[in-house]
Amino acid sequence: MTENPYQPVLATIEKIKVEVTGERAIKTFKLVMQDKKIQKEFNFVPGQCVMISRLGKGESMFAISSSSTEKDYLEVSVMKQGINTSALHETEVGDTVGVRGPYGNHFDVEGWKNKNIVFIGGGIGMAPLRSIANYTLADKNRDQYGNLDIIYGARTSNDLCFKDEFAELQKREDVNVHLSIDVVEEGWEEFVGFVPSNLLRVKPPSKNTIAITCGPPIMIKFVIQNLLELGFKDEQIFTTLEMRMKCGVGICGRCNIGNLYVCKDGPVFSNAQLKNLEGDL
Amino acid sequence: MESLIISKEKFPEIINTIVKSYRLFAPTEENGFSGFNIIKDYSEMDLSYLNSRMPPKAILFNQTETLFLMEPGTKGTIKPKEIRNEKTAIFAIRPCDAKGFRILDTVFFGDVVDPLYKANRDNSVLIGLSCNQPDSSCFCTSFGDSPASGKYVDILFTDIEENYLVEVMTEKGKDFINDFSRFFSPASSKEIEAKNAKEQEAIGLIKRNLKVEGIEEKMDKMFDHPIWEEYAKKCIGCGACTYLCMTCRCFDMLDEGTLDKGARIRVWDSCMFPEYTIHTSGHNPRPARMNRVRNRFYCKYSYFPKNSDVIACTGCGRCIRYCPVNIDIIELMNRVSEMEL
Ligand SMILES: Cc1cc2nc3c(=O)[nH]c(=O)nc-3n(C[C@H](O)[C@H](O)[C@H](O)COP(=O)(O)OP(=O)(O)OC[C@H]3O[C@@H](n4cnc5c(N)ncnc54)[C@H](O)[C@@H]3O)c2cc1C
Ligand code: SF4
Ligand code: SF4
Ligand code: FES
Repeated sequence: MTENPYQPVLATIEKIKVEVTGERAIKTFKLVMQDKKIQKEFNFVPGQCVMISRLGKGESMFAISSSSTEKDYLEVSVMKQGINTSALHETEVGDTVGVRGPYGNHFDVEGWKNKNIVFIGGGIGMAPLRSIANYTLADKNRDQYGNLDIIYGARTSNDLCFKDEFAELQKREDVNVHLSIDVVEEGWEEFVGFVPSNLLRVKPPSKNTIAITCGPPIMIKFVIQNLLELGFKDEQIFTTLEMRMKCGVGICGRCNIGNLYVCKDGPVFSNAQLKNLEGDL
Repeated sequence: MESLIISKEKFPEIINTIVKSYRLFAPTEENGFSGFNIIKDYSEMDLSYLNSRMPPKAILFNQTETLFLMEPGTKGTIKPKEIRNEKTAIFAIRPCDAKGFRILDTVFFGDVVDPLYKANRDNSVLIGLSCNQPDSSCFCTSFGDSPASGKYVDILFTDIEENYLVEVMTEKGKDFINDFSRFFSPASSKEIEAKNAKEQEAIGLIKRNLKVEGIEEKMDKMFDHPIWEEYAKKCIGCGACTYLCMTCRCFDMLDEGTLDKGARIRVWDSCMFPEYTIHTSGHNPRPARMNRVRNRFYCKYSYFPKNSDVIACTGCGRCIRYCPVNIDIIELMNRVSEMEL
């Protein structure tokens, strides 16, 4: 990108998709770098993140939610929270944002070939999982992975991200989608209850399987507990961590957990690593 | 390495010559404290100091600094910041603070290079001044360093009564001296001995020792120890210890500007503040003062050794001198060192 690691490049918003409305609104932004050469050279692996800024309103880290098999654009799914995320929610197609990245480590999509993968997501935590799920589901990659299961839940049916995409996936034979919401709603035909409970109900076999979980810390905690109960080993369980971030490149000091910087040593960690990690989470 | 001398008589003249071609930072007196400022004349300099209150990190890693310029908004643009290469000399930096730059280098010249710090660092000559009178909070010797160490500077001055002994430590230092060679003459062995005597005398004045041996391994087992809470109870969270520390480099990044003109800037920040880690959701990984006090000591004595093979403390003693509630890093770390686990 630029020689100054703090300076973003400009991208244009090509499309905005409303995923969730209301208090916890989520929109997915499709971004294309204004400099074609930069877009072409923008390579990432699912799990990596980018800093996006509505210029003048600060900057925030987001998981890239599109698959790296899509080379012409990248997508981020943004929950409206504070200053920058709210300003991003007010943008329109054609507007400009600043982009820095890609940052951090990534899911081991190469090493996990020929394995089954279970994706376990809650709320906005589905964003990085969508990237790797779509990567493994892409035509040219699908036969390189075993069974794929997506276990995903949110508080209400309105809070589910990527609803239309899940509806499409549910028609496919080569992936199983198990959705849930926290409390009963009229017309809801799938599981009612928390994501960790849905995981115990689905009972994915642990043999030759990788489990990846992203979501609120409390959900991750119980998902990991239940995965261990289902026979998964620490080395088979992966999650992403979140810390407040500024520079994204391991300099500003903000995002440390113990001696690791989540922006460069993370965000992806195995449970084996997490067990040895002593720090404030 | 070359040893030279300059007489104190010629000293004002060399300073007044350097200022013509360099941005010369030197200790000056301000509000009863010492601080590094750009001087234009020898008379502004105050060499009666022990050390500056504000660490000289501020010269190369500015407290507030523009990262790039922009036109804010949804149709905004970005303008790179022009990086100025200004020939700079820092005179009378203490050996401990010069080491501080070496520690900061491990962060700013890591996997990613910070171009602003790099430009400042590359364009600066560090001219050290040995401490002949260390005080009761100094403990650079705990790390195997000396108050008259030339290891981290380009040139080291030592006051040996009528003259300064001038040790040229690096190529950069040599180039600098060459420009002003007429002021210097070769040192005799007597003068070199005089420096060594001063150094031994100064080392003898350092009475306190922080027992660094095995401290990292000890801390690996002490994350949940009540000692952090004990010190957190005293701490008022003012952040002085981090702002004034030569090796603390945490910064915030913010957008500043008007409707049509803006910049992203960075400003020093401190891990001693609760806002430092709080997420927008309200979740705070370091909610209690204990978490923050613990992080500060772990950062210096455990995380830095793990990541960069160096303890991020130079023994400058500022955090001891200026902590309003007298939290003493030597006392605390020695308790850690001696802890029976
Ligand atoms: C690795 C990683 C991946 C993330 N992925 C996503 C995602 O895919 N979708 C999504 O909606 N959100 C994601 N987040 C959270 C998102 O970065 C924050 O919600 C966002 O920074 C809030 O910015 P704001 O300006 O709206 O809030 P304000 O509170 O106004 O933010 C002020 C500043 O604080 C910092 N900050 C505050 N909260 C957080 C936080 N939780 N994480 C990191 N920095 C924070 C940022 O620097 C921000 O600019 C991710 C965070 C991390 C660390
Ligand atoms: S921790 Fe204290 S003594 Fe050590 S370098 Fe920082 S201010 Fe100086
Ligand atoms: S200077 Fe002392 S009181 Fe202030 S934050 Fe540091 S330890 Fe706490
Ligand atoms: S965000 Fe700056 S070190 Fe990680």
